[in-house]
Amino acid sequence: MSVLLFTIIVLAGAFLAGLVGSLTGLGGGVIIIPLLTLVLGVDIHYAIGASIVSVIATSSGSAAAYVKEGITNIRIGMFLEVATTISAVIGAVLTVYLNPGFIAVVFGLILLFSAAMMVIKKVDRSDNDTSGKLALFFKLNGTYPTAHGPKNYAVHRVVGGFVMMFFAGIISGLLGIGSGALKVIAMDNIMRIPFKVSTTTSNFMMGVTAAASAIVYLHRGQIDPGIAMPVTIGVLSGATIGSKILVRTNTDKLKVVFAVVVTFLALQMIYNGLSGKL
Amino acid sequence: MNGTRKNFFADRDIQVILGTLLRVGVIASMSVVLVGGFLYLLANHAAPIDYRTFNPNKSGLSSIASIFVGLRELDPKAIIQFGTLLLIFTPVARVVFSIFSFLIERDYLYVLIGSFVLLVILYSLSDKLVG
Repeated sequence: MSVLLFTIIVLAGAFLAGLVGSLTGLGGGVIIIPLLTLVLGVDIHYAIGASIVSVIATSSGSAAAYVKEGITNIRIGMFLEVATTISAVIGAVLTVYLNPGFIAVVFGLILLFSAAMMVIKKVDRSDNDTSGKLALFFKLNGTYPTAHGPKNYAVHRVVGGFVMMFFAGIISGLLGIGSGALKVIAMDNIMRIPFKVSTTTSNFMMGVTAAASAIVYLHRGQIDPGIAMPVTIGVLSGATIGSKILVRTNTDKLKVVFAVVVTFLALQMIYNGLSGKL
Repeated sequence: MNGTRKNFFADRDIQVILGTLLRVGVIASMSVVLVGGFLYLLANHAAPIDYRTFNPNKSGLSSIASIFVGLRELDPKAIIQFGTLLLIFTPVARVVFSIFSFLIERDYLYVLIGSFVLLVILYSLSDKLVG
């Protein structure tokens, strides 16, 4: 395959990945990595390096819009980044010692989990009850703007959320993805942060988390300009257009269809990983 | 009461600046990647690709120093890689900016937390972590 053809295919695939990723909230990396490895036969280490760069681009691009609206809780973000940056670096260092087949299997399992999380109805458990001492000490409780004025919320179980974030960071560094599904578990289910705040704050954190592991990947030669270029441009433009049409589309059906596609990709990754084809 | 009000406005200003910083970083880095990508395709469009097995030394652009050397020679791949570098440093700049804004707010606990996050990233910049 020539460079031109490869660039065009990856560009188109990354655009679709970014578009569908932002419409369903799953992110571009989970689709671009199977595309590169399963369809185009790219070594998974290169795919991971290219994907992490696209995570930084989409996270920073959309965080720019959210931060201005004042929904993002910068203190929660900064506090949890302590966990995610350390673990993302650990994950990125670990990945080279692991067999590509093993990485593919872990990737497939995270894909299956993300697909399930996407279709399960989420319950907002946020409240304004008294929170623990840690949340007060770290000033994590906050407000966010609603149509009826600012709404207060309290943050719960800080230690549990911190530990879960540490795990999410390891997966992010290991696989080169944003691991948004795991961050949702930490922030929505454990810390009980309102949806609006948790989605935007998790997205805000993703850039820093990914930057920490991207530097390790860069030093190792995993970020190849020939792959990173079409992946980053494609995913970012797809995600930008996706966020524009998201406001006026009902994505419930799309999510179910997409969950089926992702499940298929996940099984394919696991199968290829186990049979040593990757 | 007066104190919290003041803080609230300071926070809002900071959020607007933060958002602009991120947006400028993404647009600048993507423009550099686009220029580099165009030159790269112009020079290499017919060349065959080879990404089947991972070779750490293939691109030769795996350190910040080597990217700058390639940049001086206007190597298209180095230009793309420089754009990627700008993109990586966009969230890092965001952390640095947050530390200063916490300093202005005299929130020393978060100055400390932010500095720690920055330290972790700077540590990963040293080559020690890659075997």
